[in-house]
Formats: sequence, structure tokens, C-alpha cells
Amino acid sequence: MSDHENALIVTLDQAAKHFGRLRALDGVSLSVAAGDCIGLVGHNGAGKSTLVNLINGGLAPSSGTIVFSGGDTAHVAGVRSVFQELSLCPNLTVAENLKISHSALKGPGWRRSARAEIRASLDEIFPDHGISADAQVDMLSIAQRQMVEIAIGFAPRGTQARLVILDEPTSSLDEGIAGQLLAHIRRFCASGGAVVFISHMLGEIFKVASRIIVLKDGRIVDERASGAFTRQGLVDVMGHVAPESAQVAGARSDPGSEILRTAQGLAARKGEIVGLSGLAGHGQAEALAHLYLSRSSAWRPRKSPEVVFVAGDRPRDGVLPLWSILCNISISVLQQTARRGLVNRQAETAIAAEWKSRIGVRTDDVRNPILSLSGGNQQKVLFARALASQAPLVIMDDPMRGVDVGTKQDVYAMIRAEAANGRTFLWYSTETEEVCQCDRVFVFRNHEISAELTGVDISEEKILEASFAMQEAS
Amino acid sequence: MNFLARHRIILPVVSLAVLLAATFYMQPRTMSYFGLNLLFNLAVPIALATVAQMMIIMVNDIDLSLGAFVSLAACVTATFVNDTPVLGLLILLALVLSYAALGALIHALELPAIVVTLGMSFVWGGLALFILPSPGGQSPEWLRALMTVKPPFAPMAVVAAVIISVVTHLLIVRSGIGTVLRGVGGNARSVARAGWSVIWLKALAYGLAGLFGVLAGMALVGLATSADANIALRYTLLSIAGVILGGGEFTGGKVSPTGAVIGALTLTLAASFLSFMRLSPDWQIGAQGAILILVLTARLIFSRKGAAT
Repeated sequence: MSDHENALIVTLDQAAKHFGRLRALDGVSLSVAAGDCIGLVGHNGAGKSTLVNLINGGLAPSSGTIVFSGGDTAHVAGVRSVFQELSLCPNLTVAENLKISHSALKGPGWRRSARAEIRASLDEIFPDHGISADAQVDMLSIAQRQMVEIAIGFAPRGTQARLVILDEPTSSLDEGIAGQLLAHIRRFCASGGAVVFISHMLGEIFKVASRIIVLKDGRIVDERASGAFTRQGLVDVMGHVAPESAQVAGARSDPGSEILRTAQGLAARKGEIVGLSGLAGHGQAEALAHLYLSRSSAWRPRKSPEVVFVAGDRPRDGVLPLWSILCNISISVLQQTARRGLVNRQAETAIAAEWKSRIGVRTDDVRNPILSLSGGNQQKVLFARALASQAPLVIMDDPMRGVDVGTKQDVYAMIRAEAANGRTFLWYSTETEEVCQCDRVFVFRNHEISAELTGVDISEEKILEASFAMQEAS
Repeated sequence: MNFLARHRIILPVVSLAVLLAATFYMQPRTMSYFGLNLLFNLAVPIALATVAQMMIIMVNDIDLSLGAFVSLAACVTATFVNDTPVLGLLILLALVLSYAALGALIHALELPAIVVTLGMSFVWGGLALFILPSPGGQSPEWLRALMTVKPPFAPMAVVAAVIISVVTHLLIVRSGIGTVLRGVGGNARSVARAGWSVIWLKALAYGLAGLFGVLAGMALVGLATSADANIALRYTLLSIAGVILGGGEFTGGKVSPTGAVIGALTLTLAASFLSFMRLSPDWQIGAQGAILILVLTARLIFSRKGAAT
């Protein structure tokens, strides 16, 4: 491959991917050549995963083209990906997992060649790894599983790896092992391979990437050689919140008494809106679920609960799909109004009617099925369900997912009004704009709180700084 | 990790050994060629049915129609295979293929296997009644001869159990395709990402289950010499219990073919053991359940301890 150093592996021309009305990727042109090591950065929902799935052939583009030069499909062209979530078969051994993605390996004795191949790959990337090729994957630690996954990604597997996409490969590796991986990536690229490297550790990106691509709202907003970026410049390019929305915060002072403090460091005062931020999947939802479960009993429902939960994943833990809007709202207050264990239908109807008008659910009759509503209005029903109860603490797990702008404004106003009345809100959101509405923000990284911001400190730059490890890897 | 979690086969082997020792102690005359054959010969069809169930559990499904399916296969064997061998074998082949098609259908339409197979159990049962409205039929001569063969050293039942476990071990644990099939149970998404067609793999797993179900029906006819539409209805639950007893798990593709055969032997032996204890037949099913709960509790305790250390 020395005679054409810059042989293209994959070329994207105006590739776009839409999911319904959502433009996950909005016309991206990009080419990856042999020897490239591309760092891909962007905030939540910028389109990183969609781009990765287009390049590795997991998704077909809605428009635009993707051309692989080494063959018709990503598989033949030697494009591999190592995914962020662990994608090994836990019931199989390390060698057997290699076999799954190496279909040419067959006939008697395949086990021996699989063992040799995975051992060679592990030895090359992670010297002194201490992983046996016959170990069953569910007996390995998370870091060891990630190492196996990376080793399978780089293993020859009958052809040759030409482009390896690594999505947050170091998220569960310690620094020494991460260093081994970075060294291997540099060697791999120097010998004519290509890597697309996604990480929230900006230090790592600067260490390995020859070129950095910044994605924002489904578009490439900047692309430069990594030397041309500074860390601060990179964070600035990723940000996008309009400055005026930041002024909303800090308008209220007068903190009430502290009503909550967890071992993790999460704290809230009466009447406060507390935001949880950071990159998706860094422990915010778990922290909220843990808090909710610790404050409510699975055995004994109370008349007025101490805490209520607004789900963001509506189908999974929000709406009761077979019930009417009325029943979906009133389920949280049935205990309060019940008489001798029987449902008080009058009170139920009154509460539903009140909340229908207060929160503005768009329907002529609250007895219609909940699924007749649009996603945004379903979410309003879930808010009504939570707010109709007397609970002083409201936990919201990214509740604005897939909600239109108008509804969002209605709900923001409602949340501020309820907070002024002394309710406390814990609000996890993947959208920085929403987090900026909060009185106090906790930024999560790797399941720990990496920063606590209050008042004027709540800004997109500060949040980004805290969610991407700036100092750690340098 | 602890020793037992690493070697899941130990606990089934120990359960069988303990039960066998207890049986020999209560009735020393079973400790002979003839005695062992009597103890275990009904275990052969149950072992085959358990292996069939294991194929389904391996891909994270469960089969509630297996008992009815084995009954149907037995009815076909006792009538068509005996009278018109070519037609009979073609029918059995069609049954295997329909099982494979069922697996593909369950995967393609994302149906819950438990519902589909429960429904199919009535279809298989109805077909069996259609073929043999009243108990009857006759075992083909060659099948009868095969099931009553007297090999040297060990009785037929023991030899058959060893052969079944070796063949299925090679097929499921050692071979490449068996590894991929277990991978489907472990993480179907990663298997699909690696370029395999999961629908074909599921069809293959169900097809294998159909094959072993048919073999179970044939073995049963060879032993019983005639058939009945309800001959094997118990096999549905026995086979599930056998897989679990043998160290398998309902989800995650963790199965052991050798363990499944041992589980089937243990279940059969438990019934004989209870007879030797002069327990009234009314209590036997309950007592069999108690043995099952005991073994599973032991396993749970060991795996909890393993997880804690």
C-alpha cells in the first residue's frame, strides 16, 4: 500500500439520515483514506452514532451516497466497528466470539486457529493482557471485555482490517491500558490502516488524531488537522446555545432549606430546579432511578407520595397504552381521593379536567385513548400525572425527548410556577438549553459528579468542559 | 470465580450420582445389566426430547408443544412408518421442516415463542388424534429390534445416553455452527452485526429441535410397541425440567447437552426411586417436584455464593 499512500477507503457525499421528521444527519461529506486517524467529537445528539452506522453499513442513508473503494459492502471493504455498548456474546469464550465475526473459520480445528488469532491480536495491542482465549466472556471484567472487543475489531478475520471505528473505546479502560490502545492506533495508522476515534476524553483525541471533525446538529461544523485546534477552541466549536436563554437562570435567588443530599453528592433545596447534565449514559438516569426507588416503597403505596417520576422513555415507563387520558392522569391520585378502597369517580374526573386545562392537553374529551395524542401531548399527560399528586419532589428523566418547541415552552413555564410554589425538581436533560433553565446543575462523567454549577456559572462552555475530561488524559 | 460456576456440569453429575447411589442402596438388585436397563430405558426418549427442548432454550425461546409433537411423531411412526415406510419417513421429514418454518416465523414476526408453541400444541395434538383416534398402531420391526438390542458390557439405555450426549456435544459445543447458535442466545444483535442471518439460525435451531423431537417419538414407539395420541404429553414439562436440571438457563444461551441428557436420566431415576420408597403414586409427582426444587435450590445457593466472592 506504499505506492498509493492516500488510497481512499470510504467516501461519503452529502449523506443524510432522517428518522421520521428528525434529521439525525443532515448532509455530511467526508472521505477516509488509508493512514488517516480521524477524531470525531460532538455533543449528545450531534449525529456521531448515526454517522458511524452509515460508515459501517449498519444503516442505509436517506439521501446522498456512500462509496467503499475496497468492495461493495462495508464488510468486504474491511470496515469494522467497536461499539460503545458491549457487543460480545457473554455465554461464549473469547475465541468463540472471534468465530462469530469470522465466518471463514470452519472445519475441524477451527478452534485452534481462532485461539491463535485472538491471542495474536490481544498480544499485539495489549501486551501482558492476561486474558485466556478459552475464558468465558461473562467471567471477564468489563475492562477485559472491552479489550477483547477491540482485539476482535483489529484481528485480520480472513481479510484485513482497513478502517476500524472505535466508539468510546477507552470508557472502561484504565490509563495504562488506554495508553497501549492509543499506541496501537498510531502504529496501525502508520502502517496504512485508518481509524475513526470517538471519545469524550479530548486529551486522547489530541494524542492520536491527525484530523478532527466536529459534528453539531447533524452537520460537520469544523474539520481541521488536530494541530490547528486548541482544546478551548474545540469546546467552543461544539457549543451552540444562544446566549439569551442563559439569562433565564439566576433570576431567582432565595434558596429554601435543603431537602435532599445523596451519598453521590446530589443535593437539592426546597423550591429549586436542579439539573443533571453531561453526556448521555454517564449515570444520570441511574442516579435518578436510584433516588426514586430509595424514596418510595414497592410494598406499601402511600396516600401522598414523597416523590413522583416523569418518564422520558414514554413507551417503556410512561404511558399506560390501553387506558384513556383520564385514567393516565388520575392514576397518581387514586389513593388520595379513594373512599374505602373504591375509586372516587367524581374527584377523578375533576382532577383530569383541571389538569387538561392547566397544562393544555389538546383533546376534546379526556376519555379518548392516550395513544390518540401526539407525543408532545402524551408527555403533557405524564407531567399532569406527576404534578397532580402532592409530592414535594419531582424527578424528571429527560422528559422532553421528541417534544415540539411549543409544548416545551408551556412545560417550562409550568415547572417554574410549580417551583415557585415550593416544589423541588430534579431534571435530567440531554439538551443543554434546558439545563440552562435550572438553578443548579450537576454534571456527570463516568457515573460520578464531575462539577456542580450554580447561577451565572451555568453555561454551555462550563458544562461541556466538565463532561469532556479536559485534564485527565493529558 | 468459583469452581462450580466454572464447571456447570458438576452439579447435575453429583445429583445423578447421589440419586443412583440411593437407589442401589434401597434396591441392590438394580445394580446389574438388566436392572440398569429397566431403570433407564424410558429415559432414552425423554433424553432426546430434552435435547430438543434445549435447542429451543438455547436461542432464548421455550417450546410448550414438544410433548404433543413427540406424541404426533410416535403416532406417525406406529402407523405410516410401519405400513408405508417411504410415506411415513416423508411425513416425519415434513414435521421437522415445519418446525424449522415455525422458528423462522417466530423470529420474522417477533412473536412470543411461548404463545405460538402453546397454540401449535393443539395443532399437533389434533393431528395425532386424527391419525390414531384410539391407542393402537404397531412399532416397525427394525425399530423394536434397535430399542431392545443388548450391547455387551453396558445396557442399551446407558449406551444410547452416552451416544446422544457425545453427538449433541460435538454438534452444539464443539462445532462452528453450534457456537454461532449459542451466540444467538447470548447476544443476537452482535451475531446479526457480524453478518449472520439470524432468521436462518433460528430456523436451524428449531429444525434441530424438530429432528430430536421426531427421534424421541420413534424411540418411544420402539419401547412401547404401540402409540397413543397422548403418549408423551408429560414430555413438555419433563424436557424443560431436564434442561434446567442439567445446568442450562432459560435465557442467555447457556446450555449443556451432556447436562441435558443427565437431567433427563435424573428425572427418570427419581420416578423409580420414589417407587422403591413405596410412595403411593398419588404423591409421586409432588415428590418429583420436590426433588427438582431441591436441586435447583442447591444450584442457586452455589451460584449466589460464587457471585458474592
